[in-house]
Amino acid sequence: MRAVITVIGKDTVGILAKVSTICADNGVNVVDVTQTVLQDLFAMVMLVDITKISCPLSVLSDQLENVGKEMGLQIHVMHEDIFNSMHRI
Amino acid sequence: MLNVTEIFETIKMIQEENLDIRTITMGISLLDCIDSDIDLACEKVYKKITTKAKDLVRVGEEIEREYGIPIIHKRISVTPIAIVSAACKGDPVQFALTLERAAQTCGVNFIGGYSALVQKGFSAGDRELIESIPRALAQTEHVCASVNVGSTKAGINLDAVAMMGRIVKEASELTADRSCIGSAKLVVFCNAPEDNPFMAGAFHGVGEPDVIINVGVSGPGVVRSAVAKYPDATITEIADVIKKTAFKVTRMGQLVGVEASKRLGVPFGIVDLSLAPTPAVGDSVAHILEEIGLECCGTHGTTATLAMLNDAVKKGGVMASSKVGGLSGAFIPVSEDAGMIAAAEQGVLTLEKLEAMTAVCSVGLDMIIVPGDISASTIAAIIADEAAIGMVNSKTTAVRLIPAIGKKVGDTLEFGGLLGYGPVMPISYKSAEKFIGRGGQIPAPMQSLKN
Repeated sequence: MRAVITVIGKDTVGILAKVSTICADNGVNVVDVTQTVLQDLFAMVMLVDITKISCPLSVLSDQLENVGKEMGLQIHVMHEDIFNSMHRI
Repeated sequence: MLNVTEIFETIKMIQEENLDIRTITMGISLLDCIDSDIDLACEKVYKKITTKAKDLVRVGEEIEREYGIPIIHKRISVTPIAIVSAACKGDPVQFALTLERAAQTCGVNFIGGYSALVQKGFSAGDRELIESIPRALAQTEHVCASVNVGSTKAGINLDAVAMMGRIVKEASELTADRSCIGSAKLVVFCNAPEDNPFMAGAFHGVGEPDVIINVGVSGPGVVRSAVAKYPDATITEIADVIKKTAFKVTRMGQLVGVEASKRLGVPFGIVDLSLAPTPAVGDSVAHILEEIGLECCGTHGTTATLAMLNDAVKKGGVMASSKVGGLSGAFIPVSEDAGMIAAAEQGVLTLEKLEAMTAVCSVGLDMIIVPGDISASTIAAIIADEAAIGMVNSKTTAVRLIPAIGKKVGDTLEFGGLLGYGPVMPISYKSAEKFIGRGGQIPAPMQSLKN
């Protein structure tokens, strides 16, 4: 099972580090990371493996959202299936 | 591999364009709760609902958190209560109070099915139930009622239409101190669908399985913003853009429905391919029509634009879902749609135009606020007109009028929440009392003879 973590906001030092630390703490393995600049906003997409996650996905989502708020970033965690079902036939 | 642009497109749809699952509705059959003792019947109803739907809200919230998709409402629909109450003597309102108690225990937003199906005549219990609707709605908060007065196969039961004119007004009068909310929870149908997840008209048809999960999607904001990207496209191209967007929106509904059904251990029913607006800015069906090229919704060209929109939504959605049902199409509830409210306030969107629009979209005259001094026979006549459109066109039509007690044309009635607010709209003051008073049955049209 995989999930997608997206981070949007102003580029600041240590975004990747903070997000990856939270993932590691919860047994979530980072599979792939893409960064891009989207209309002068920093945008990062992280594909993570949640097979061995040690907490409910909603808890991880809350933790990341809170960190996002502290850093002035929007962080969303969504199940991979939603993107697959929406954009693939 | 996932594509970054697609990921951000999805997130933008949810964060900025109000894409959401409007409702997960659990349909529950109450046929096995029928008993000649009303207290026993009510106890069985309470037990069955609170057993089957005990995890509905929790599972809905779990899916919401895990998938990151807002699921606005969790609802329950039940077998039309007139069928259950037919076997017992006593005040049917007792069933409404039981449904209310069950809804509160389960934590759902609405429970629908305080209903009667009388398109061809009244059977035991139907009249008593219909007469009790105003009291039932006044004494409960979450219960919704509906009555089917016509169908393409049966014609229109004019006696029931006349009765509903009176009942709608009474429902308003009994809740006059609460923005006439009673009539906002009451729908009069022609060709009512048995698997509709949307309120106030949801009920669980007798042909349905014991328990089922139906899903209603939303997404007018997503469609409007997709259309906005093509300012110079032809209408053919616009139809295509809407189809593609509807596909994506519906896929999400399908995913949520299948997941909810798996987690609840209940079969998955249908996705209702709907464009359901809310009063929030950017969540309006009227604004889609205006984006396509109308200065204001309700002006000439509205019916044609809406017909195209409604058709494209269905075409896009139908491939995205394994099973489609319910009302499926664009909704045009006046008080629940910021663009419709504005158009009605300007006097551009009128009752007559709305009636024409209902011939080409999914439901009917929905959430329309009329003067409080409207006569019961005029309400009945409006219902009859709308039912005729449904009957002849083999489609569902519905009427949800709110007589604003003590208010006149130009005043505003405010419900708050998803029900929104709206101006009191003018009606024709010429009477149809003689026609309504004739009673009897409008015979089924030629369209009914398909065999």
